[in-house]
Amino acid sequence: MGDLSLYTAPVIALIYTLAFLGGFVIMSLELLGGRILAPYFGSSIYVWGSIITIFMLSLASGYLLGGRWSMYNPSITKFSWIFVVAAICLYPLTLFAEPVMANIFNHVEDPRYGSLLASGILFIVPTVFLGMISPYSVRLLVDNVEHSGMVAGGLYFVSTLGSALGTLFTSFYFVLIFEINELLLCMVATLVILGLTGLTASKLVGLNTK
Amino acid sequence: MMLSIIVSLSLLCTLSVAADSVLLEKRSVYSNIIVKKSGSVVCLLFSVRKNQRNQSCINTRRPKAMVFAYTRMSMAALLFNDNPSNILVIGLGGGTLPTALSELYPQVEIDSIEIDPAVVSVAQEFFGYQLSNNQRIHTQDARIWVRRANLNKRRFDIIILDAFNGEYIPEHLMTEEFFTELNQMLTDDGVLISNTFSISALYDHESATYASVFGPFINFQLAESANRVVVAAKMEVSDEIIKARATTLQDQLRPYSVPIKRYAKLLIRQRGDDPDWDTQARILTDQYAPANLLKTR
Repeated sequence: MGDLSLYTAPVIALIYTLAFLGGFVIMSLELLGGRILAPYFGSSIYVWGSIITIFMLSLASGYLLGGRWSMYNPSITKFSWIFVVAAICLYPLTLFAEPVMANIFNHVEDPRYGSLLASGILFIVPTVFLGMISPYSVRLLVDNVEHSGMVAGGLYFVSTLGSALGTLFTSFYFVLIFEINELLLCMVATLVILGLTGLTASKLVGLNTK
Repeated sequence: MMLSIIVSLSLLCTLSVAADSVLLEKRSVYSNIIVKKSGSVVCLLFSVRKNQRNQSCINTRRPKAMVFAYTRMSMAALLFNDNPSNILVIGLGGGTLPTALSELYPQVEIDSIEIDPAVVSVAQEFFGYQLSNNQRIHTQDARIWVRRANLNKRRFDIIILDAFNGEYIPEHLMTEEFFTELNQMLTDDGVLISNTFSISALYDHESATYASVFGPFINFQLAESANRVVVAAKMEVSDEIIKARATTLQDQLRPYSVPIKRYAKLLIRQRGDDPDWDTQARILTDQYAPANLLKTR
């Protein structure tokens, strides 16, 4: 097992942690999406339809792009930047969600297409970046074909576990304590901290390439 | 208090026990709809839970008589505006209120909003709710309809918010922002009526939210009902006017079993009451709206 990975155990643990929290943020954001849209488009089944559609499409694109990008000199530094960029893309949601939805509401009569368009504009960009996390982390941890399935399985496990807990904690507890924007800012802060931790770790360990 | 709970429980029991026959069972996107008949009383119920509550009932022998206290209490709106030209009803149920109001005021334009098309057809089939030029239904989420109506500068003399009866509260309809939108739609002498809960931690939060938007409101409560009706009038109406209107309305409202003179007395007494809720409770907003979680506390 010694040469399974070029990374030391703490670095491997860090990558798993990043994947876990990435999954946590994705589903927490998706759940809040329903809350964000409700004042303009209601909370009917089609609003959830819009949100889930957009998240699935964004994640699909993120997987594709993350996988592609991992072909070019993959490194923890680049991996960490995904988190920072996702945070930057998420932040405007706290500022512009209201005017964006008001504008769409004024122009689109049908709340189904209104909510679909609003979900698209508000959530596609940050979610695409969040979707890049999984495939990229697989690339960082896989060092040979034999272990690739095991590594991918382990990463799916932690990131989906993160998603499950993100869903649970957000819907059961966080909404009882925090406002939506406070939660979004927490996510932004979390992603920035994760990114900076990764960048620091990559500098300290000096292991940027495999 | 205990007595009133027993009384209201026994009332509910007498309505739901008896020899019931199910007239209709329908699963819609939003709820399970059941129409039951016991004796001459036909009731609309949502969900099939054990402690299911009747949402709307009609006594086929006396179709005008309102079966539930909160429905009768909502008619107190007329004490604060006895000459309405536009009325908005949010949450149709069996359509008892819009039907009664259009019988009383045939010339008044009544807009009702109901999210569930299945409820609308049940109201028409079993509860005598009839559409006309002045009796309109909008099958849409109330938040969307209200926002659009506000953009079109629609105004209402009476707004009846009756969307919180079920097991699940539409949380985006119980926020400071939504109440503000409703307040904007009220005419200068308009009145908002909200039929809502009087139990659980939500009571404090919800009351504080009404107060923040409408200022002091009347917390209309009857000993025999577990519901309460929020009455928020834009214009101060004097005790004398309320009494005079009650006298005028008395005969008209008798077929509906609405004891309007008694209500007038109670309202006059209750409008001076100090808040019986925690006035420091956190206000519900679009940003903070865990109404269903608070309800279970």
